[in-house]
Amino acid sequence: MPRRIVVPFGPQHPVLPEPIHLDLVLKDEHVEEALPSIGYIHRGLETLVTRREYPEYVYIAERTCGICSFIHGMTYCQAVEKLVDCSVPERALFLRTIWSEYSRLHSHLLWLGLFADALGFENLFMASWRLRESVLDVLEETTGGRVIQGSCKVGGVRRDIPGETLDRMRSGLDTIEREAGEIADVFLRDDSIISRTRGIGVLSREDAYALGAVGPTARASGVGIDLRKTGYAAYGRLSFSPVVETAGDCHARCIVRVKEIFTSIDLIRQAIAKIPDGPVEEKPKKNPEGDYFARSEQPRGELVHYVKGDGSRHLVRSRIRTPTLTNLPSLVRMLKGCNLADVPVIVLSIDPCIGCAER
Amino acid sequence: MTQDDQQTTIIEPLHLLGKVEEFKKKGCRLVQMHCTKAGDTFEINYSFDINYEFSNIRIITDGTTEIPSISGIYWGAFIYENEMHDLFGIRFAGMNIDFSGNLIRTAKKNPFADPTFRGEKPCPDA
Repeated sequence: MPRRIVVPFGPQHPVLPEPIHLDLVLKDEHVEEALPSIGYIHRGLETLVTRREYPEYVYIAERTCGICSFIHGMTYCQAVEKLVDCSVPERALFLRTIWSEYSRLHSHLLWLGLFADALGFENLFMASWRLRESVLDVLEETTGGRVIQGSCKVGGVRRDIPGETLDRMRSGLDTIEREAGEIADVFLRDDSIISRTRGIGVLSREDAYALGAVGPTARASGVGIDLRKTGYAAYGRLSFSPVVETAGDCHARCIVRVKEIFTSIDLIRQAIAKIPDGPVEEKPKKNPEGDYFARSEQPRGELVHYVKGDGSRHLVRSRIRTPTLTNLPSLVRMLKGCNLADVPVIVLSIDPCIGCAER
Repeated sequence: MTQDDQQTTIIEPLHLLGKVEEFKKKGCRLVQMHCTKAGDTFEINYSFDINYEFSNIRIITDGTTEIPSISGIYWGAFIYENEMHDLFGIRFAGMNIDFSGNLIRTAKKNPFADPTFRGEKPCPDA
């Protein structure tokens, strides 16, 4: 006769880089239900918007996440720019695109390393993170910061990238592409990775859409949503197709991220080739008034920054809807019916960023 | 489709479920829900998307009335409703998963319900 027991998973677990707690209701080794709870690292960042002037809040928005910090800062700026009648110069839009894609490279390589580590593949973990270092080196050279870049501001960007540095970045991309190809081959074809991930944590296309899944989690289930197609920053001038897989399992989510590395490299090359000359910032013409939802494609999926202003230097509200928060219902669905031993891999497969989700 | 095309419609709480049902029938995805304290009232926003077309509906409440949960229509809405409950103290009727105030555990109860301080001064609770 099978027994029903509740096993607490997290907030501290070897596979979790950040704290999330799951109550796993088990029947023998099978998960019947999983209930997530967060709240271990809630920082109340959104309330700080009333205590800082709107240009200063960029720094706080960036600190929402230590991995996709640039995209948080940029999306916040995009929202505020709509309220202050500010058109961002073309060159700044291209620079934002370049840094966004380097952030995606850095995030995906970080996740691939963590995923390999969770599967017990230490060499692959080290190879992924070694390659990530070269991406961080570029971010450091061009922005001054490896993790928190601080290079985005309302009206543009704080610093330009000189032409010779752009040339060096372009040739550096060839090395990154070659080394990423070697790592990709293992993630896509290695037997031990396939046996630990294929058919595990399946999320159907219907469920992914109905539950509001975003990013690689949605695209691995055949839902081709990619906010870059809306053309924000300079994406409207670049050509690319979202990476979509249909299996909906952990391996499909891994494949999407692996392939997106090459899409990002291609987008950076296009942006470097097309970047125009000119200024990189424009002054806001007034204080923010009204409200606006800005959306962007983070490495983990759709990010929403909502801002509301009343004409003063202090915003009334900042709301940050992060991809992990909206992927949690999908995670609950994926875990239903899985084996206890597969829970760590499934949780990691949505690339959870709890710091983002709790803000 | 650019992101400039945004529309917000203010509706009565009474019409919420019917309107959300319409979005569901059109095949829209629930993008997000959130609450804003505006003066003495709370604005609750429900955002939807289909083919990158973004729509937002808003209800305005005094914070004491119970709001019908849309988790029966959009199953994943429970995460936003529990969040609003924990941070703003908004009560939702009929949530499919009710964490009873334990989704986001904060030292201060409903910390976003009363943002009394604005401006460049030391934080009053620092």
